[in-house]
Amino acid sequence: MENLVEVVDWSRWQFALTAMYHWLFVPLTLGISVIIGIMETIYYRTRSQRWLAITKFWMTLFGINFALGVATGIILEFEFGTNWSNYSWFVGDIFGAPLAIEGLLAFFMESTFIAVMFFGWKKVSPRFHLAATWLTAIGASISALWILIANAWMQYPVGMEFDPAQMRNVMDDFWAVAFSPVAMHKFFHAVMSGWVLSGVFVTGISAWFMLRGRNRAMAVSSIKIASAVGAIGMLGTLWSGDGSAVDVARVQPMKLAAMEGLYDGSAGQAISAFGILNPDKKPGDDQPDFLFNISIPKGLSFLATHDFDGYVPGINDLIEGRATGNDGKETATESYADRIAAGQRAQEALRQYDEARKAGDTAAMTDAAARIKADFRYFGYGYFDSPQQAVPPVAVTYYAFHIMVLAGGFLCLMLALTLWGAFRRPALLEKRWYIWLAIASIPIVWICSEAGWVTAEVGRQPWIIEGLMPVQAAVSDISAGSVQTTFWMFAVVFTAFLAAEMCIMARQLRKGAETDFEIEK
Amino acid sequence: MELEYLQDYWWLLIAVLGALLVFLLFVQGGQTMLFQRFAETERTMIIGSLGKKWELTFTTLVVFGGAFFASFPLFYSTSFGGAYWLWMLILFSFVLQAVSYEFRRKPGNLFGTRTYDCFLLINGCVGCILLGVAVGMMFFGAEFTVSMGNILDHGSPVISRWAPTHGLEAIACWKNLLLGVTVLMLARTLASLYMLNDIADDAFCAKLRRQTAVNGIVFVALFLAFLAVLLTQRGLTQTGPATFEWTDYKYLHNLLALWPATIAFAAGVLAVLWGIGGTMLRKSWRGGIWWAGAGTILVIIALFCYAGFNSTAYYPSLLDPQSSLSIRNSSSTKFTLTVMSWVSVIVPFVAAYIIVAWRKMDSVKVTATDSGH
Repeated sequence: MENLVEVVDWSRWQFALTAMYHWLFVPLTLGISVIIGIMETIYYRTRSQRWLAITKFWMTLFGINFALGVATGIILEFEFGTNWSNYSWFVGDIFGAPLAIEGLLAFFMESTFIAVMFFGWKKVSPRFHLAATWLTAIGASISALWILIANAWMQYPVGMEFDPAQMRNVMDDFWAVAFSPVAMHKFFHAVMSGWVLSGVFVTGISAWFMLRGRNRAMAVSSIKIASAVGAIGMLGTLWSGDGSAVDVARVQPMKLAAMEGLYDGSAGQAISAFGILNPDKKPGDDQPDFLFNISIPKGLSFLATHDFDGYVPGINDLIEGRATGNDGKETATESYADRIAAGQRAQEALRQYDEARKAGDTAAMTDAAARIKADFRYFGYGYFDSPQQAVPPVAVTYYAFHIMVLAGGFLCLMLALTLWGAFRRPALLEKRWYIWLAIASIPIVWICSEAGWVTAEVGRQPWIIEGLMPVQAAVSDISAGSVQTTFWMFAVVFTAFLAAEMCIMARQLRKGAETDFEIEK
Repeated sequence: MELEYLQDYWWLLIAVLGALLVFLLFVQGGQTMLFQRFAETERTMIIGSLGKKWELTFTTLVVFGGAFFASFPLFYSTSFGGAYWLWMLILFSFVLQAVSYEFRRKPGNLFGTRTYDCFLLINGCVGCILLGVAVGMMFFGAEFTVSMGNILDHGSPVISRWAPTHGLEAIACWKNLLLGVTVLMLARTLASLYMLNDIADDAFCAKLRRQTAVNGIVFVALFLAFLAVLLTQRGLTQTGPATFEWTDYKYLHNLLALWPATIAFAAGVLAVLWGIGGTMLRKSWRGGIWWAGAGTILVIIALFCYAGFNSTAYYPSLLDPQSSLSIRNSSSTKFTLTVMSWVSVIVPFVAAYIIVAWRKMDSVKVTATDSGH
């Protein structure tokens, strides 16, 4: 196969492009569907035309956003086949199930009831319409659940065993896959952060109305609901984020080390609040990790182990075979050199198994199968020549994580302020500094959201399945030129549609404001 | 449950999903009519009628892909990674569709209504024809090889390899194209019938009846040609766990051997003909879509049965017959298929709420003054 590295790189870029565009739209769908559901419930109970107008206004923005989420989503599912075909076979027995369940349980629910939601105002009863709105919101969250179960499984592969006869992994415990703690934390973190994003979006747009001096009633009513949903989302995000950090420390310690730019860890490890990484730093050398760093003593140990004196390994420690034990103390584990050797032994045993199978030598097959089983957990390391190949891009992971944390901290304060203003001090919402703060929060919440996914996905490189399959063993047999062409096709189309969406939204803001203005009169 | 029973069950479910997808392609068929000589109000009615349903087609395509992935992952791996350009063009056309309904009439959409209508036309034509080509490969074969041992080759670790044209050669195959164009004409026929049922405008309905007649006759002619090609086509029979042999008139043999499928096939053909013929002959009849739709579903299910059952390779390899895929050598394990079978218990509930929502949404017909979109 020509240019394997180039094919892998372009396939990664294409998947990253699609995923990042997809994630521009999905969190808004997850959260704003709930906000709209609450608004329509108020309309249903009060039959107030003002609440009907408010509901329809936000529903229009939701529809514009939803279309692009759907468009980018279909590409993601099929890219597992088109660009990562080896992966599709190697773990298709496990990974395909959540995708199929998502389609059956969630997509049909979403697509059926979203049609009722948008086109059914004059065709179905208010009760049926309200049910359709809530079912759309529930469908979106169920969809997120199964996608995140699939994603979590790639980062923490459980509930399966390797079948050497078929040269693939097969599922042996569905519940372990469906309810792994990593999946649950990921699900709540993604959905709750969607609530935060939507709360900030609705608040920011409403603040824009306040700035224009129009539609005050609609804006204040929207801010009340949005800030409540956003604040609940923020609490959920903080809780699940803490759980995710502990998960990462336990099952993906290399990712945590990259998130912190940590090469040499210790007990009572400080956390980097923010810093500038030394760009020349390489694993194993003596250069300083940072050019500049502000750290909080013992912070990382507490984050990762819930113990101020817990041990957190750095990149060099993990390569050399030091890890965190179950008691939170330093413990010895296999070095990366040992893992590479184990992975190569497992692969060699698999070759021998295959030859024995073709020769009909069952004794040799049994022997080879036992050796595969002994070393299989490091199977993927067998594709590497050096331990450094198993280290993720540290700079991207570090900066993405810290941007997420800093932006998240800002949003936490902003939502607390909004909640207080909306329910206790309405005059605050009229202040120009607050209005500009709320408007400025809109791009910040999207940057925060995208940075979270960059941290999660870049930080787990080079693995497509943690420890078992690196990306270079997962690709399809296609030319780099083909992937490059489709990459640019999608880049151009998604960008054009994003521009169109933003223009349409801008127009809808003016139109929606007029509607509300008439009602207020 | 035995593995073979589960494999058969899942192939049947794939057949049902595939059949529903083909039926729902009436949305794409309707989109190809947007540039015909209709008045602007008529075009608006077309959009209003199809706009309520496009997501259902889209979702069925996604679920069809997901179900194939879960139940027959080797097909997913081989076909999608191999026929890269074919699938990418299909997906690209569906991306264009997904935004067009929502954006086309919105102020500030940057590209203008006609551009989005062009996107819908592209999706209508490309989606139907290329999905037909993709299914055509299940009968007429594809240029790939499968070797599991490749996964240990660090320089080139891909187990499924394809001809360098990566799916373009499948588009160039006249047999596949014949099926593709047949699907397009079927979609246009079903679209005429669906809109006839959903739109309350006498003048436009008269035009839709003419559309049904023209498209229906062309479709029937193409379908007969496809049937003739299929029944004289050789196919691969699985003779052992990893061995396949060419069999002349394989699909004719299957048609005779799989008699329940053949009864469904015959009933389906009659229902489609009745739906088209009845609409042409009875000027006030609007129920043709239900006959033609049900008939389409039966025929497609039967065709999937002919493709996969009776020890047939449903994805014949033209480069190396022993690499061909059958429902026995490409499926998930018994454990996964069992889990998925339990999940499939909810299918009737899903179908029920779709039917309820469909009936409620279509209870108010689309008119020139209220397109609902």
